[in-house]
Amino acid sequence: MSTFAKTMNKSVSRRAILKGTAGAVGLAAGSGAITGFPYVKSAEPKVLRYLGTAVNEGDDIAKKCLEDTGIKIEYITVTTDDVTKRVVTQPNSFDVLDTEYFALKKLIPSGNILGLDSKKIKEFDNITPVFTKGQLPSGKKIGDQGTAPWKVLYLEGANSKKFSVKPTEFITLIPTTYNADTLGIRPDLIKRPISSWAELLNPEFKGKAAILNIPSIGIMDAAMVVEATGQHKYADKGNMTKAEIDLTIKLMTEAKKAGQFRAFWKDFNESVNLMASGETIIQSMWSPAVTKVRSMGIACTFQPLKEGYRSWASGFCVSKAASGQKLELAYEFVNWFLSGWAGAYLNRQGYYSGVLSTAKANMTSDEWGYWMEGKAAINDIKAPDGTVLEKAGATRDGGSYEDRMGAVACWNAVMDENDYMVRKWNEFIAA
Amino acid sequence: MTQDRKSFAAWLQAAPMMLVFALFFLLPLLFVIIVSAWDYNEYEMVPALSLRGYTDTFEGCIADLPELCTILKTYLKTIELCVLTWVLTLLIGFTVAYFLAFHVRSKTWQIVLTLLCTIPFWTSNVIRMIAWIPLLGRNGLVNKGLQGMGLIHQPLEWLLFSEFSVVLALVHLFTFFMVVPIFNSMIRIDKRLIEAAYDAGATGWQTLVNIVIPLAKPGIVIGSIFVITIVMGDFVTVGVMGGQQIASAGKIVETRLNALQFPAAAANAVILLGITILIISSLTRIVDIRKEL
Repeated sequence: MSTFAKTMNKSVSRRAILKGTAGAVGLAAGSGAITGFPYVKSAEPKVLRYLGTAVNEGDDIAKKCLEDTGIKIEYITVTTDDVTKRVVTQPNSFDVLDTEYFALKKLIPSGNILGLDSKKIKEFDNITPVFTKGQLPSGKKIGDQGTAPWKVLYLEGANSKKFSVKPTEFITLIPTTYNADTLGIRPDLIKRPISSWAELLNPEFKGKAAILNIPSIGIMDAAMVVEATGQHKYADKGNMTKAEIDLTIKLMTEAKKAGQFRAFWKDFNESVNLMASGETIIQSMWSPAVTKVRSMGIACTFQPLKEGYRSWASGFCVSKAASGQKLELAYEFVNWFLSGWAGAYLNRQGYYSGVLSTAKANMTSDEWGYWMEGKAAINDIKAPDGTVLEKAGATRDGGSYEDRMGAVACWNAVMDENDYMVRKWNEFIAA
Repeated sequence: MTQDRKSFAAWLQAAPMMLVFALFFLLPLLFVIIVSAWDYNEYEMVPALSLRGYTDTFEGCIADLPELCTILKTYLKTIELCVLTWVLTLLIGFTVAYFLAFHVRSKTWQIVLTLLCTIPFWTSNVIRMIAWIPLLGRNGLVNKGLQGMGLIHQPLEWLLFSEFSVVLALVHLFTFFMVVPIFNSMIRIDKRLIEAAYDAGATGWQTLVNIVIPLAKPGIVIGSIFVITIVMGDFVTVGVMGGQQIASAGKIVETRLNALQFPAAAANAVILLGITILIISSLTRIVDIRKEL
């Protein structure tokens, strides 16, 4: 896994250089990511070590943050699995943590992280109700299977290791970004409408399908497929019984043995390559990977499906080692992050920001219309770095925020039977 | 007395290496072995004796008979890949080393050509994978070429994300580890021995079998140890080239680590280490490297 971490680091710094935005901050981020040495307190007055995946760690965000607040962000970029590993094994190696809600079931009991006080978060009341109540701004309820954020958002007390069902002021993670994931397809090669997760196992695509090889996420996609084929209805896809895990793995193993899958992928670039080269034409995918394939001039759709989306969400907390001035700095940073600029930046990449109102204020109405309201773009839609993502007239796959987040069926999860599931997943790979 | 002093000096000379070895290899290894017998939960290791890491690993090995359990299947696959890679790297590596040692006369050219063998190491694993797709992929160069020549009508699917591509990539990568030690052994063969063989009327084949191979044995064994240990523990190449669909012993350790199940990962690492040591020790049984060197 260290190789993957290295790859991530490399791709981050390479991208930074390509964009020409590397600068001092980018380089600092790069070196921080590689060495991960503890920060020396006397060197810089306002520095925060930011542990997370490449998803939210834009160099532009660090640059803008330095400009606005004087806080220098040092990124420590690792893979999703390694974030958790690092929190559990080296809690002193970071200040601010950006991680996914489903990891909390492992992180909170470890006692290595501190939640934030909602009273000190200026925009807390404006955080989208997706997180706080499990519903859209319009009041529509969202699917709650798996580790949905509102189930693990509150703690019983400041140092509690227990999640609270009722809202408290002790927040595990202050939301940064979230999204709804689905299957990516090559419409030019499939040439017919795709409307169900069941299509992943359709023999028509034998040898041309792929699923991701991160057990905790892959099993959820597998469950969406199994349920779509009508072979089983799960009480909670994010918390299967042993029998359900057996069944899911059995069905996936049969498909694997029949040669349904071309490959499994584990990192962003692999998924882009598989799709762009035509090795696969239907596979689990992440939104920015679809965008990347599309920006190469290859048709690729992030296909909305009738069974709904598998969603994920990430947010900020701090290391238990952070206190005093460091902690104040962390609050200042989180407050800045929610104040709009960063939210708009993330929205423009196809993610959703935790506080919508401030992000909206930092986007043009055309951008807001395209990304959030499902409207046709009036002008060309550009990525934060200025490359054209979509020509004028295009609409976003899956439509508006309400349509996409409203159709979420389940959330990334850590199951009670996680240990058993991981063993079964190994069996699936070995079959 | 002098004997004692001599052996004391020898120990002293070996001490720095021994210290490094003990500190950075034996000690961590000891920790791994200890941890492998611990219990664990979702987020931490529990320092209580539990052989769960081992028993879980061999789950179903008796119950599922005659069907093979996951761990046996995985090891059979790993060993199969290992043997294939070993045979191929040995054949190719021996040939290349033979060419370098006996056919290339100038020392400069020997060095230049040896350096050329390191080309596969100039890029990272991921770049290499990206490079294989346009070559071996469904719409790749090889398939397009064969189709263009009319030899095949459907693209060959087994070229990529298959055992074939895994072995190809492993051979491509690790032949170098065979070339260097074998070349090193060969270059030290006294050329007069070969002349004498010819003078005595031996054919080229007889010279190879009776003179060159026996004298190159230490190189062959050292090269084999390199290749076997690397391939047994490899999970990146197997993962990338096998489309993550082929199990490997290393991959099981990685998956366990990623799920924060450190004791289970350690148990698997100990098993892998044990099997690799078995293979290597039987190899050194056949050839006593220390004596040959």
